[in-house]
Amino acid sequence: MIIDSNKIQKVIDDSPQDKKQLIMILQNIQLEFHYLPKESIGLVSEYLGMPQSTVYSAATFYKSFSLVPRGENIIKVCKGTACHIKGADLIIDQLYAGIGIKPGQTTKDMKYTIEVVNCVGACAMAPVMIVNDKYFGEVKCNRATKLVKKG
Amino acid sequence: MEKKILTKYIDDPNQVNIDTYLSHGGYKAFEKALKEMKPSEVIEEVKKSGVRGRGGAGFPAGVKWGFIPKDNPKPRYLVCNGDESEPGTCKDRVLMESDPHGVVEGMAISSFAIGSHLAFIYIRGEFAYPARMMEKAVEEAYEKGYLGKNILGTGYDLDMIVHTGGGAYICGEESSQLNSIEGERGMSRMRPPFPAVAGLYACPTIVNNVETLAAVPFIINNGGDWYASMGTEKSKGTKLFSLSGHVKNPGHYELEMGTPLSVLINDLGGGMLDGHKLKAIIPGGSSTPMLLPDQIDVKLDYESLAEAGSMLGSGAVIVIDERTCMVWVAERLIHFYRHESCGKCTPCRDGTGWLEQLISRIERGEGQPGDIEKIESLCGNIMGRTVCPLGDAAVMPIESSIKLFRDEWEYHIQNKKCMVKSEFAFK
Ligand code: FES
Repeated sequence: MIIDSNKIQKVIDDSPQDKKQLIMILQNIQLEFHYLPKESIGLVSEYLGMPQSTVYSAATFYKSFSLVPRGENIIKVCKGTACHIKGADLIIDQLYAGIGIKPGQTTKDMKYTIEVVNCVGACAMAPVMIVNDKYFGEVKCNRATKLVKKG
Repeated sequence: MEKKILTKYIDDPNQVNIDTYLSHGGYKAFEKALKEMKPSEVIEEVKKSGVRGRGGAGFPAGVKWGFIPKDNPKPRYLVCNGDESEPGTCKDRVLMESDPHGVVEGMAISSFAIGSHLAFIYIRGEFAYPARMMEKAVEEAYEKGYLGKNILGTGYDLDMIVHTGGGAYICGEESSQLNSIEGERGMSRMRPPFPAVAGLYACPTIVNNVETLAAVPFIINNGGDWYASMGTEKSKGTKLFSLSGHVKNPGHYELEMGTPLSVLINDLGGGMLDGHKLKAIIPGGSSTPMLLPDQIDVKLDYESLAEAGSMLGSGAVIVIDERTCMVWVAERLIHFYRHESCGKCTPCRDGTGWLEQLISRIERGEGQPGDIEKIESLCGNIMGRTVCPLGDAAVMPIESSIKLFRDEWEYHIQNKKCMVKSEFAFK
């Protein structure tokens, strides 16, 4: 995937030039591209005047950042204890059968990425699946794929 | 039964708007504090109420506020901890998205009490919607003059910033959270110095949980004595409990401290799902030791649960039924904690890794005789020896699972499979 550095630079230029805002700037870039393109580490480090290693260390610490391209639609399956004991694994199996990828993978056409999350504060409606920030509760596993496709 | 104080208007969809909030008596407490009370009086009132940290530690909030050194000339900060990520917990999210002004008001009063002019609310990255609601509430509060310069003509200034995290469990721990707000990796800090002395940007900082701060307006309106009249001798007031797992009516319930667990599970929760037998209860979020079915009458307060060998924690009650394999549960948990360990101290970083290897090999059916003893010894070497409580959080459920269900662990090693089959499909 080729991303134009100018586009990244533009997102960066729109953010405050303040070291404390590092995480926010990374979040803004990710919002735009669904992941942190390689070039962004260098560009952010220049902009904020901090070593690339510092930017990289923050980018790799927080699990919401991805350094590899992700699909257009992000599917998150909760495997926190409450969801786990109510059958989160079955949702994952069903999704594998339905769209052919496992957690951590992205479909070839860059449409879907599946991620596992740990408790998203909706335990009462376990098992929970989130598709692009939309919550689905009490997911019946045989409907998981359908829900995803509908978005 | 339920005692709705913090959650009184939670079902009113308009409660998120400042006008509705005002019509329900909102911001009265803040006005009262600003116009009629001295900061020290606010602290006194909160001390009197006995409200304790609702995030899990249970430390009295008023006492914590009193730790700020009086003669320190540096600015002071208040941080509201909305990084709710303990598996099983869904209470702060509800407060932030359904009654955000309650949180803003609680933060405003608390900031006034500790002499802070800048308050942060740290919301976990996954909570996009609650964060939006909080942002909107802060904006509205500025518009109506409850935030900003010279609030209500009293000369008190307060700014509030909504900060979203990047998705790391450890950032729920206060010192890691401060690092994260400063734009660093969210790694825990050595204590002392405690945040009340040197916290955010090395200035005195108080970090309180959302639910703790949301209780403050009620305490100011009705008095500390009123709040302290609810609950037990040492655990005062009400608390939000998140009920999840194999029960009929999972949800969040606000109960007076000291209510028996059986009331929550059977009366409010409607009992077990599909009539299955109760096997274990995790009473305070996934990191607290489990309870057995015969302990179901234990009272939900800090002391009674400690006596029963567990903790009140964040009040997240997870109910587990007979169809659940305990090794399978433990394996998922340790995987989570290993992943979330920040890596600062060796017992936690390496210990959780070793535990994960041992437990997953048992779960896979490749366990060796002696593995259980190895796990126990590892747990003993992590417990109490880490910089922050994540290490303890990781080992407590494992230790208790082995203690209470040792036969199941042994069966797993000997027979290379689960004693009970876990089958949970929603068809
Ligand atoms: S465990 Fe899945 S939302 Fe809490």
